[in-house]
Amino acid sequence: MNVHDESNWASKVERLEVSDELAGAGFNIAGKRVAGAQQGFGRLWQRRYSIDLGSELTPERVVADWKQRFATYWPEGATFHVALTGLQPGAVSPIAIASGAPGLTLSTGILVLYMDDTSFTFMCPEGHMFAGWITFGAEEGPTGSTVADVKILIRTSDPLYELGWPVMKAKEDAFWSATLVNLATDHGVTGVAVVETTSCVDRKRLWHNWTNVRHNSGVRSAWHTVTTPFRSARA
Amino acid sequence: MPAPVATMDVRHPRPHVAVIDIGGEVTSHCEDVLMGAYEDASTSGIKGIVLNFTGLDYMNSGGIGMLVTLLVRANRNKQKLAACGLTPHYQQIFELTRLDEAIALHDDEAAAVAAV
Repeated sequence: MNVHDESNWASKVERLEVSDELAGAGFNIAGKRVAGAQQGFGRLWQRRYSIDLGSELTPERVVADWKQRFATYWPEGATFHVALTGLQPGAVSPIAIASGAPGLTLSTGILVLYMDDTSFTFMCPEGHMFAGWITFGAEEGPTGSTVADVKILIRTSDPLYELGWPVMKAKEDAFWSATLVNLATDHGVTGVAVVETTSCVDRKRLWHNWTNVRHNSGVRSAWHTVTTPFRSARA
Repeated sequence: MPAPVATMDVRHPRPHVAVIDIGGEVTSHCEDVLMGAYEDASTSGIKGIVLNFTGLDYMNSGGIGMLVTLLVRANRNKQKLAACGLTPHYQQIFELTRLDEAIALHDDEAAAVAAV
C-alpha cells in the first residue's frame, strides 16, 4: 500500500451499509451517516494514548499486525466484528460493548476511513457515543524506538452522552490502555506503561446538534433489547 | 521515515480576506506550519480565510483532523473558512468526512474569496 495512494481512503458513502453476515450485529448503524467532530455535540477533545515498543519492531510491522488482529487486542467485554473482506478502507464494522447494565449490550460501529502502512483511521457513525475520528498508528520516536499510539479527535455525540463524559472518559482510558498493553504483549513487550495526554480543543458545545439524541445508540440498544421478544414472536 | 513536507504561503487578495496556499503533503506533522500560517493570515481584522489546495500533493486522515482544529480556531475568531483547488478525490474526502458542511468548497479562488 503506497502512502500516497488514493485507495488509502474509503470511497464516499451517503449512508452506511452493513454486510449480510454482520447485519444482526449492525442493526444500529445500517443506514446511518458518519459523523465528524463538527456533527457532534460536546466539547472537542484531542486525546492520545501511546506505548513504547522498543527498537526491535518497525512501525510497518506493528501496524500490519494491528490491522490483522485488531479485534483480538480489545479488552474483555467488547466485540469488534470484522467483515469477511477484512479491515480495509470503506469497511463497516459493528461493535458491541457491555454497558454495565445487566443484559444490555450497547451496539454501535465504525467506518474504516483511511489506511496506510503506518496508520489507520476509523470514523464514527451517527448515534455512536462520539462523533469524530480515531487513528491507530506507529512511528519511530525520537530515541529510535517504535511508539504505537491511539489518537482521538472527538466530541460526545449528544447531550445524554455529554452528561456521561466523566464516566466514559475513565472507561476510554482503561479501554485503550488495555488495548495497547495487549498489542505490546503480543509482540513480546511487557512491563511498559501507557502514556495518556488529553487537551480540550474547543470548550464550546454545539447546541444546534442537540437533536442527535434521536440517534443515541444507548437508547436504541436498550429499546432493541426490550423489544426483542416481540420481534421474535412476530417472526 | 522523513517527516512530510508541506508549504503554507499567505496572501491578502482583498482587505479582510486572506488566502493560504497549501502545497505538499498535509498530515498531522505539519500542524505547526499550518497554525503558523493561520496566525500570519489572521492579522489586521481578517474576516475570511480561503484554503487554496491547488498545490496539494497528498493529505492523510491526520490532515483532516488538523483542518478541524483550524476550523475551531477560525470559528472562535468569527472568521469564515472556505476551500478551493481540491481535486475531485479530495472533494469527495471532504464530503465523506462532512468537512464540507463546515468549510464551503468552491471551484476556484475567485469564487471562494467572494464567498468569505
